[in-house]
Amino acid sequence: MDYSQFFAMKQEIGLLVVFLLVFLYDTFMPKRALGATGWVAVGLMAIQTLFGFCPSVSQSADAFAGMYETNAITACIKNILNIGTVIVMIQAIRWSKQDMVVIRRGEFYELILLTLFGMYLMISARHFLLFIIGLETASLPVAAMVAFDKHRYESHEAAVKYILTAVFSSVILMMGLSFVYGLTGSLYFSKIAGAIFAEGTISLMLIVAVAFVIGGVGFKLSLVPFHLWTADVYQGAPTPVTSYLSVISKGAGAFAFLVILWQVFGAVYSDAWEWMLYALIILTITIGNLFAMRQKNMKRFLAFSSISQAGYIMLGIIAFRGMGVAALMYYVLVYIFSNLAAFGVIGAIENATGRVSMDDYQGLRKTNPKLAFTMMLAMFSLAGIPPFAGFFSKFFIFTSAISQGSVAIYVLVLIALINTIISLYYYLLVVKAMFISEETPVIPEFKSACSERFAMWICVAGIIGLGIVSCVYNGLLDMVSTAC
Amino acid sequence: MFSNILIYFVVIPLLMLGLLAVSQNMKQIRAVAVTGSLALLGLSVYLLTDYLSLRAAGADAPMLYTDSWSWFAPLNINMAVGVDGISIAMLILSSVILLTGSFASWKINPHPKEFFLWLVLLSTGVFGFFISIDLFTMFMFYEVALIPMYLLIGVWGSGKKNYSAMKLTLMLMGGSAFLMLGLIGIYYNGGHTWNIVEIAQGNLIDPSWQNFLFPMTFVGFGVLGAMFPFHTWSPDGHASAPTAVSMLHAGVLMKLGGYGCFRVAIYLMPQAAEELAWIFLILTGISVVYGAFSACVQTDLKYINAYSSVSHCGLVLFAILMLNTTAMTGAIMQMLSHGLMTALFFALIGMIYGRTHTRDIREMGGLMKIMPCLAVCYVIAGMASLGLPGLSGFVAEMTIFIGSFEHTDTFHRVFTILACCSIVITAVYILRVVGKLLFGPVYDEHHLSLTDATWWERTSTFALIVCVAAIGCFPNFFEELIKFTFSPQIFAVIGMN
Repeated sequence: MDYSQFFAMKQEIGLLVVFLLVFLYDTFMPKRALGATGWVAVGLMAIQTLFGFCPSVSQSADAFAGMYETNAITACIKNILNIGTVIVMIQAIRWSKQDMVVIRRGEFYELILLTLFGMYLMISARHFLLFIIGLETASLPVAAMVAFDKHRYESHEAAVKYILTAVFSSVILMMGLSFVYGLTGSLYFSKIAGAIFAEGTISLMLIVAVAFVIGGVGFKLSLVPFHLWTADVYQGAPTPVTSYLSVISKGAGAFAFLVILWQVFGAVYSDAWEWMLYALIILTITIGNLFAMRQKNMKRFLAFSSISQAGYIMLGIIAFRGMGVAALMYYVLVYIFSNLAAFGVIGAIENATGRVSMDDYQGLRKTNPKLAFTMMLAMFSLAGIPPFAGFFSKFFIFTSAISQGSVAIYVLVLIALINTIISLYYYLLVVKAMFISEETPVIPEFKSACSERFAMWICVAGIIGLGIVSCVYNGLLDMVSTAC
Repeated sequence: MFSNILIYFVVIPLLMLGLLAVSQNMKQIRAVAVTGSLALLGLSVYLLTDYLSLRAAGADAPMLYTDSWSWFAPLNINMAVGVDGISIAMLILSSVILLTGSFASWKINPHPKEFFLWLVLLSTGVFGFFISIDLFTMFMFYEVALIPMYLLIGVWGSGKKNYSAMKLTLMLMGGSAFLMLGLIGIYYNGGHTWNIVEIAQGNLIDPSWQNFLFPMTFVGFGVLGAMFPFHTWSPDGHASAPTAVSMLHAGVLMKLGGYGCFRVAIYLMPQAAEELAWIFLILTGISVVYGAFSACVQTDLKYINAYSSVSHCGLVLFAILMLNTTAMTGAIMQMLSHGLMTALFFALIGMIYGRTHTRDIREMGGLMKIMPCLAVCYVIAGMASLGLPGLSGFVAEMTIFIGSFEHTDTFHRVFTILACCSIVITAVYILRVVGKLLFGPVYDEHHLSLTDATWWERTSTFALIVCVAAIGCFPNFFEELIKFTFSPQIFAVIGMN
């Protein structure tokens, strides 16, 4: 075996090194040094993020007879996930100092790094075996993270729900893959695609296989009708875990979904899965929005909001070609900053007062104007109000979807656009509670921890800067079009 | 970038935002608001004279002062600016109303700093919209102007403000959803450019696509122009908004709708406009008459003027859809006239409400004896609204109806006659309010102790009255300003007759 091919996996190796260093620090350092575990993990992860931007990382390479592939696009989406993970880790520092959590603090950071490793594999896999390994590595540790609040009943419930749905969805996915294997005799993406293309006609078996694969991955992305676990898990999990689930898992899943659909089943796009995806997008956006309107718990609220956001991300898949990929990556990037800003505020308030209901946010402006302002920016960005980044990401994802040019896509985008208005309604409900409501504030004035403020500043800078500073999107688009 | 004069229409409001954010007390806030809006007014007046001298010297490009800075280069999105006479008229209108609005909210309470922050953010959007000739930046500024309304009405409004603020925001954003689809469609079917001048000069949009994109954009902007049946946000929104916001909203923001309908829907898609105008003529015709009738039965002063706005703004869209030079000139005049006169109305209503604490005309009477200055101003505003010669309403409506009557077919004639009826109905509701509110016996003796206008209120109202009278007395000057855009060579270029 040629061991030099491991050097193709520069980012994976970097992440493993970070994981090992955190593990060793947590295990062997004296007790008084353990208070810094969080910051050590953040620092190492930040170095890993910077390392991802080295030019040598983005060179195309493959390993293990084509099972693994890396190129500028995968390196870039991994960098985006890295950035999000760093922010989540910073936000988790205050939470991880709680009495019940502090003794297992190291485990939390290790589990996060492990799941991230799994996502790296999902993104880079070009063989379904490696993909499944990545998928399982990315989902099983999350169950442990969801159950991290040992003393809370909801946390356990959420973990059980999560692991059952994760396993169930994997089963469905593998069922689909076994069909694919039966039809084509291979699990390599390229060979399956070649066999499907050579076949020419569409068999019912293939359509069923595609449906199973979409269903399996749809569970991870919580697309409607595979979304039923989402709200309970988001509500039960500790807030840092929820934020991690809602942005990082979703971003990685969306990108892997794009790769599978186009690289494996690209030849049968219009015959087999175009309409399935249309239906999924419409259902996901609409139902996510309709349910979000009635939520009072902020975490549940953002769970449904994130379901509908996943629908918008899917629009980028329909518009494959350079623009769609770039728009999807840009959307995920902006979504990471916007959603993490919202979760940052929720986490800060939960840590200080234990309150997570929207009713408790009444009059927040009077007691904690800066938190209220951050939350408002996050809501505006999620709703797609200019000049915040969310507007640009929505605009670009619609523009890229429409580049396909059919009448159906105009209808689909119109439905999505009308849904942005529905979503604006419930995002404004939060703004209304914080700014307009005249009731006496429930949440007293408090000072959030320095780590929380630091993470919020990063998110606010991202929300304001990512859109107006055009070089981010231009760079992504250039990179994608040279790599394609 | 900063060598172009137009960019300062965005830079000055942004500077104001920065200064407001650091200002400490009411004095500083007022100073920033007044200085900034005076600077904007000065800039727009300078632009006006400079523009006229350039045109006199023979400049014949459709837009002057054009400039373009690349923004999202792969999608061909630029920050492109340029103005013609119509945009300049709108810029002057906006700065006048921002200035008078600042005076009208001299004692705004609570949170004056945040109030002015949102107000200035709103006007940043407005000014940016009028100077843009790139569809993307235009749309972006359009939405920037809409969203502050939610907080302005929600926090500083009165009555059922939560409901109104949400309704207004959602309906206007709903319109912009159609608009966004229309604009993206224009980009893909109009030669992959967002630049209005390029698309218009090349007549780049395929006629079959025009028939789809024209309704999208026209409805999108028409919602903001209070076109029937999308006008229902307007009465509630205006009634709940604080004074300065009502002024800006009725005076300027609704003009964004009319301006956008002209600049995007009709300017870029003349063939579809020709073909589909009849549908929207019916809708806007209904707006004109229905708005006027609704105003007759309202008892809340703000509702009366909100419905009268529906009627007058409907007339703007009605005239634009006539697709001839005279009517369109009248439409622009009507935008100016309605902007100034409604701002005056809402300012006066705000001042009266601030004293009597009611807006119900059944609970007031004889105000002419109590506050003569405000009452006289109200009468002048009313006369402008019902089209008394010498004030702005007359020239605008006269031009519109003459232009509309140039069409010789029955359909246009019938609708023109129907729309003409609105003048009579307008007279009914204006005179009813004037008679009940200002003349007649004093209804409530507590009102006898009320005072007349303060100096800042006088500044605000007199400035608006001067403008209304100026348009009424010197309509030629404004016609001169906008006629180039409607000159035959430009019409020929964009394919209109």
